[in-house]
Amino acid sequence: MNSQTTLDSDAEQYFETLKMQMAASIAFDAKLVGVFSGGAWLADRLKQELDGEHEVGYIDVSFYRDDLSTAGLKPVVRSTQIPFSVDGAHVVIVDDVLFTGRSIRAAINTLFDYGRPASIQLAVLVDRGGRELPIAADYIGEALIVPADTMLALEKREDGKLTLISEPWPKR
Amino acid sequence: MLSKKNLQLNERGELHHLLAIEGLPRKILERILDTAESFVGVNEREVKVVPLLRGKSIFNVFFENSTRTRTTFEIAAKRLSADVVSLDVARSSTSKGESILDTIANLSAMHADMFVVRHAASGAPYLIAQNVAPHVHVINAGDGRHEHPTQGLLDVFTIRRYKKDFSNLTVAIVGDILHSRVARSQIHALTTLGVPELRVIGPQTLLPTEIERLGVRVFTSLEAGLKGVDVVTMLRLQNERMTGALLPSASEYFSRYGLTPQKLALAKPDAIVLHPGPMNRGVEIDSAVADGKQSVILPQVTYGIAVRMAVMAILAGATR
Amino acid sequence: MKIAIRGGRVIDPSTGVDRISDVFIAAGKIAAIGAPPNDWHANKEVNAAGLVVAPGLVDLAVHVKRGTLATELAAAVAGGVTSIVCPPDTDPVLDEPGLVDMLRMRADAQHSAHVYPLGALTKALGGEQLAELSKLAQAGCIGFSQADAPMIDTQALWRAMQYAATFGYTLWLRAEDFHLAKDGSAHDGEVSSRLGLNGIPSFAETVAIARITELMQGVNVKCHISKISTARGVQMIRDAKARGLKLTSDVSIHQLHLTEVDIGHFNSNFRLSPPLRTGRDRDALIEGVRDGTINAVVSDHTPRPLEAKQAPFGEAAPGATAVELLLSLTLRLAESAKFSLPDALAMITSRAAAAAGIPGGGLAVGAVADVCVFDAGAYRHITAASLKSAGKNTPFIGYELPGVVRATIAAGHLAYEHVA
Repeated sequence: MNSQTTLDSDAEQYFETLKMQMAASIAFDAKLVGVFSGGAWLADRLKQELDGEHEVGYIDVSFYRDDLSTAGLKPVVRSTQIPFSVDGAHVVIVDDVLFTGRSIRAAINTLFDYGRPASIQLAVLVDRGGRELPIAADYIGEALIVPADTMLALEKREDGKLTLISEPWPKR
Repeated sequence: MLSKKNLQLNERGELHHLLAIEGLPRKILERILDTAESFVGVNEREVKVVPLLRGKSIFNVFFENSTRTRTTFEIAAKRLSADVVSLDVARSSTSKGESILDTIANLSAMHADMFVVRHAASGAPYLIAQNVAPHVHVINAGDGRHEHPTQGLLDVFTIRRYKKDFSNLTVAIVGDILHSRVARSQIHALTTLGVPELRVIGPQTLLPTEIERLGVRVFTSLEAGLKGVDVVTMLRLQNERMTGALLPSASEYFSRYGLTPQKLALAKPDAIVLHPGPMNRGVEIDSAVADGKQSVILPQVTYGIAVRMAVMAILAGATR
Repeated sequence: MKIAIRGGRVIDPSTGVDRISDVFIAAGKIAAIGAPPNDWHANKEVNAAGLVVAPGLVDLAVHVKRGTLATELAAAVAGGVTSIVCPPDTDPVLDEPGLVDMLRMRADAQHSAHVYPLGALTKALGGEQLAELSKLAQAGCIGFSQADAPMIDTQALWRAMQYAATFGYTLWLRAEDFHLAKDGSAHDGEVSSRLGLNGIPSFAETVAIARITELMQGVNVKCHISKISTARGVQMIRDAKARGLKLTSDVSIHQLHLTEVDIGHFNSNFRLSPPLRTGRDRDALIEGVRDGTINAVVSDHTPRPLEAKQAPFGEAAPGATAVELLLSLTLRLAESAKFSLPDALAMITSRAAAAAGIPGGGLAVGAVADVCVFDAGAYRHITAASLKSAGKNTPFIGYELPGVVRATIAAGHLAYEHVA
């Protein structure tokens, strides 16, 4: 039984919505920092398609997570790359799905270990609710209601198009 | 009848203790190296600390002194935000006749989450791993002449950084193979990662019996053994080896097995030179080589921190 | 006490008897086999239907330390062993006649297995000054030994042989060159190289055998080489016997089952002296036992306190507790190496007694009644709790082994009876 469902046309549509919101209000030189993996693809796409001079960085929040004892270290840890000075910068953290808020908390902590930004905003493709921390997104592609036992994640198809995958949470 | 269960892995096949490289699957070695790659980035930042092991207690228990190795583990633990305590047991309890297990039981009572153990007797970390609570992790920081797995890992990490791919390398390990835990760990790491030709070079007195069964080619001539190699690891020669019948003198050893620029020229032009440190200049290695452009001895030290951070992070994330 | 053992399979390797029969014991002796003696009334009947009735086992190497005599003798008879040869590395070492007297007195008081002490060959087993061999022999020592202590000085060994030969005493010697074995804890080979353990090479044994046999060539002395462990050693002993030297030898049962590979992850229960060697050595040792080159199989019973084994492999004390496993391990060997039951029992009864020159090991009418009654088809699970010995250190913890002793009779006394 394949319990995986894809919502591919939707992802592109949410992206357009997200992009339009951001185009209207982010700083001309705002830095886009994508959270691996989905957020990184989004950050790359946004840099291509948004006007302005947006440098891009990537964050892997594995080293800043608070669930090591229960979830273990992720099998693949990517290198965080912040190729610009964070000090005084306007930064937009970009992620695919906003859920508990813990990843974003970890991403903010990571950024602060690189410097002191002037401001941090948050852009997400999907806000699925279920927050466990007082975190809210500034730009949202779409707000969705997703059952708690279902994982929602962004994937990149071979043709470069973005696809949302929903499936049961993987067991450890 | 004998339990062949790999003591190092939990029931999900995750690394729970790091006691030896021998017996570890290639995937686990590669995961450690890949994770270490990410920690290299952390170590190059201005803020070199991540909060990953906040609240965890790591005890460095060194039954045999080694300020250098102990320090690298301390730095790694601190950069992961763990609470780290280092005990020089060599100078305290065992001299009072306390057994290893008593020492460990005492420290366990202080709620240790991880032990980093150095001991002069081969196999001591196994004894400890078999006697700690299920949630406690043990890292072997060198046991007798058996293994020094984090050193082996940082060696192959360094090799991978410079040579990218293991599948067409020729690697030579030179010197006192007999007494070297570094050699054993490196041999197992390199064979597991698929290095096609691994050589050990030394006089017969410093080569263990049947060492070729570990998958190495044995050379007794440094000149012959260095021909065409991509990587040379020089082992430290302890002074006490010169007192018995193993070797006549340091200078005679250097004349036969010391790595000089002339001898290094027999290796490939882009060959790199490793040494686990501390070096004996003029005994196993000439200063011109140690400080030369082919030497990667200092990068080894740098990467050693990242590799140890990776090992600690992966172990701390494994549960039983 | 009069005991009748009814309906068992009586096996006496010394005479070749192997038949279902009754055995009658009176006044400490075998009174009759088959029909009862005249006017027979038993105080005790042992139903041996389906069981084997064999001579009590003769174990040529049982180390007994101070304070453990009672437990270790209890362990022996629980394992069907009725005669033990005790090396002189007791604490204190058996280098004075008074100490031998005391040991024998204490042993007699147990009414258990017979204890045959080996006297110290040199004072304090120091390897230099000869002990008072004649006085020790008069006190009951059946031979002289350095136990596991070395005799480094070859001239001292030669003189000891000459002196022993003068009075017809037997030297019981380990074959292990001191310097070659020094600091070693495992066979010098692939496993020790992998584990980084100091090796004891095979030639540590063969060099020592050559030393002993070359000295014997010029001295008409009887020697017994204890615990040989190598294929080449077996061949050298075979050759020396063919040359007519008065040489006997034994092997530890562990060497016939285990090899260096079994050490696994530094399991200190496998730290033995001599060390476990290769599969090739093990096979040659079994053949040496089969063709009589090796006269006897011994337990090399060496109980150790827990803390002596809870140490890294190289620092753990060598040896294993084994006297109560000797029968089971021999039965298992009979299965795996295809020995008949009488042939297997011979190695731990008649052949052992003959090699040591001590009574026992047979069931002849009129002989001292040392008898072991066991169920050859039953299995036992070896656990620390199941062992009577003070030492719980054995490589065979967790094993299912054949052979359950039902009753042991030593000198006509019921020394052990299995309670189901």
